[in-house]
Amino acid sequence: MNKEQRLKKRHNAEKRFKLYGLTSILLAIFFVIFLLNAIFSKGSGAFLKTTIDVEVNFDADTLELSESPPLEDLENTDYYELAIDSILKVKKVNGLTEEKLLINLFSPDYEYEIRNFLLDNPKALNQTTVLKLTASDDFDQLHKGNYPRELPEERRRINNFQLNLYDELVNEGKVNKIFNSYLFTKGDSRNPELAGIGGALVGSFFTIVITLLLSFPIAIAASVYLEEFAPKNKITDFIEININNLAAVPSIVFGLLGLGILLGTFHLPRSTPLVAGITLALMTLPRIIIPCRASLKAVPPSIREGALAIGASKVQSVTHHVLPLAIPGTLSGTIIGLAQALGETAPLILIGMVAFVVDIPSIPTDPSASLPVQVYLWSEQAERGFVEKTSATIMVLLSFLITLNFIAVYLRQKFERKW
Amino acid sequence: MNIIILLLVTIFSYLSFLYGRSRIRKITSTQSIKINALPNYYGYYLALWCALPALIILLFWSIFEPAIIKYLISQTLIQNDLNYSSDQLNLLYQKIRSLYEGNFSGTLTEEIKIGVKNYENLQTIAQNSKIVLLLSTFIAAISYGIFRISKNNKARHDVEKILTGLLFVCSLVAILTTMGIIFSLLFESLKFFSAINIFDFLFGMNWSPQRAFVSDASAITALEYENLKGAFGSVPLFAGTAFIALIAMLVAVPIGLFSGIYMAEYASSKVRKYSKPIIEILAGIPTVVYGFFAALTVGPFFRELGEKLNLEVSSESALAAGLVMGVMIIPYVSSLSDDVINAVPQSLRDGSYAIGATKSETIKNVVIPAALPGIVGSVLLAVSRAIGETMIVVMAAGLAANLTINPLESTTTITTQIVMLLIGDQEFDSPKTQSAFALGLTLFFATLILNYIALRFVKKYREKYE
Repeated sequence: MNKEQRLKKRHNAEKRFKLYGLTSILLAIFFVIFLLNAIFSKGSGAFLKTTIDVEVNFDADTLELSESPPLEDLENTDYYELAIDSILKVKKVNGLTEEKLLINLFSPDYEYEIRNFLLDNPKALNQTTVLKLTASDDFDQLHKGNYPRELPEERRRINNFQLNLYDELVNEGKVNKIFNSYLFTKGDSRNPELAGIGGALVGSFFTIVITLLLSFPIAIAASVYLEEFAPKNKITDFIEININNLAAVPSIVFGLLGLGILLGTFHLPRSTPLVAGITLALMTLPRIIIPCRASLKAVPPSIREGALAIGASKVQSVTHHVLPLAIPGTLSGTIIGLAQALGETAPLILIGMVAFVVDIPSIPTDPSASLPVQVYLWSEQAERGFVEKTSATIMVLLSFLITLNFIAVYLRQKFERKW
Repeated sequence: MNIIILLLVTIFSYLSFLYGRSRIRKITSTQSIKINALPNYYGYYLALWCALPALIILLFWSIFEPAIIKYLISQTLIQNDLNYSSDQLNLLYQKIRSLYEGNFSGTLTEEIKIGVKNYENLQTIAQNSKIVLLLSTFIAAISYGIFRISKNNKARHDVEKILTGLLFVCSLVAILTTMGIIFSLLFESLKFFSAINIFDFLFGMNWSPQRAFVSDASAITALEYENLKGAFGSVPLFAGTAFIALIAMLVAVPIGLFSGIYMAEYASSKVRKYSKPIIEILAGIPTVVYGFFAALTVGPFFRELGEKLNLEVSSESALAAGLVMGVMIIPYVSSLSDDVINAVPQSLRDGSYAIGATKSETIKNVVIPAALPGIVGSVLLAVSRAIGETMIVVMAAGLAANLTINPLESTTTITTQIVMLLIGDQEFDSPKTQSAFALGLTLFFATLILNYIALRFVKKYREKYE
């Protein structure tokens, strides 16, 4: 091998090495795009729902109501007959089996949808209105093109008769896609088309507020103590070791802590945002203390010395000068810590937030779900409709996280100070 | 109830702040005493006397009340029937509590009804005595505070001392959390190890906790023990955890390391500016999202691929879980190694260039060996994340504990089993539940040791170049 060949070989090796680096960066970026694309392409469908137009004649006699009934009567009367009659008028069918198949085109909530419409518009009594009733999960998926209609009939839950009905309805223009308000207003349900993340949103909100209220003041207090007041001794060292270790403890261990201490010893109520908030606060605390301390450290000693020089006490120099200067810097670290807490799932599963909760919680001690747990719960469901619901929940969760991170970046840039 | 008390404490503290301030003003204006603090500090002083004792009592009361009531109820239950074991007592107490809270289901016995009456009585007594105690402390503390104000000319000093004390207590929360973790894990694990030999747990080859029907862990018979011995061998879990972590590291270390090197050594500042945040998105995505992605996209993809190649691939293969976990870990490796490589002094590189080495030769022979301790540290931190990672493996890895080294089969991990053992309703005091805490303890110590070693590596490296 002569000189030139050797040099060429070395230069080729150089090029290869550089290529490896570039490839791995591109691979990592590809993973990001692929992951987000997989979620977003599946989830966007869930923001729309399929409805079928049904003509409903709110006849006071059929509903056994007086001519101008009080609201109470409207609430309590039986809408089942009316609902079934209106649905059967959509298409002409013969026999009980066919009637049942027709009714199965609709989500089982038709009765309540009709009732709620009348409750919202009491004037519609004795009039005929066209209502958009929610279609059942299978037809919702069929209309969105996610249902394998090419399968042989015996392997489908929708049979050929129903497919024909559906096709005729589509041709008559009675099948529509509208914005799915249920997704944001309803709690969990066994029927995908009726399930919503309302409960999870409220639960996550309560949880994160409790986490913030507990962790932020304690984190500030602890970091002020460690940075400004702590004498250099064994206790201080021990506290620092503990904080650094806790920041790296797997989150599931904090779930065990919540289960063993908060639920086991203190008998706090299971499955509630209260317990979740406390558990996540303990988990987030060390993760917030570390950036808080960095931000206190960044305040130059001259500020402290200036305050001390004109006669302020140590506490006054901290509360009047150092802390106000450091607080903006602590905010972005806190927000990033909270964003992590918002996406945390494993500890919440252990403290029982996986319970099936239909009602939307009104106080932090009501059983509730939270966004990431809802993702986990729905991903275990077999129904096709839950796949897009899960992806939509992830989209909502990710958009919250992105917003939080943007706020953190904005705050950091706005308050960043060069001394 | 506690919320009302807290509200009252807040209001009274504020009032006493106002009172303390105006009182010291009056004193100084009428008598010619020289005070050494601003009037506000006398207000704070009185407010602290008002709030602190009440809050401390409230805290301890809330901590100990349930335990004391439980003890009293258990005593009355024992008086009626001396033959109760502690587990039966626990169960009865749970039933009484749930009846009291109105979500009782099951058969009502006379005993439970009496118990609920007792419970109600005790609750009222506790409630009343709490209020009496709080009120009397409050009156005592506030009158002492008012008495002290007129004689005290160092209010600021006292307030600052208390404040520093409070700050110290807040920093103790970290120690308390660690202690809480260790105690809660140790307490349940010890109960578990009293039923199951620790060596059977650590070295047993078979994990099938669903076989454990025994309800009373403390009074286990020899025959039952023989049955149980084989049910809690956690070697397959350790192996599965290590295996999935290994697959994850095989993905994350090359990609992470190479992108770290490229960022630090080759990339222009523009490329750095855009690609670094994009890669860090991977670290910000919640793990449940990765789990969903692994279970729904990657797992089935590998199975179909396997079918085409005539390979039998489980849809919950270790490969899918490990791969996705590896993707999650990439940014940890890349940003940490980026930092470490940046910390290598430029003079080392310049020396290498001066003797004619190319850039890649410099990186391979000078920069990486110099940064190696830091890189090893960051890889160890990544490993500790991988073994503690829960949601990806819960959703994408299997549930059955197979001892296998075939990445296409399904295996299970420590964290998966903890979740599976504790999901839903579980009875405390069964070896099945306690085994989850024993697994948690193992996990806690494993990650602790890994982190400790990793931090030692990183620290040593930093010292070298600072």
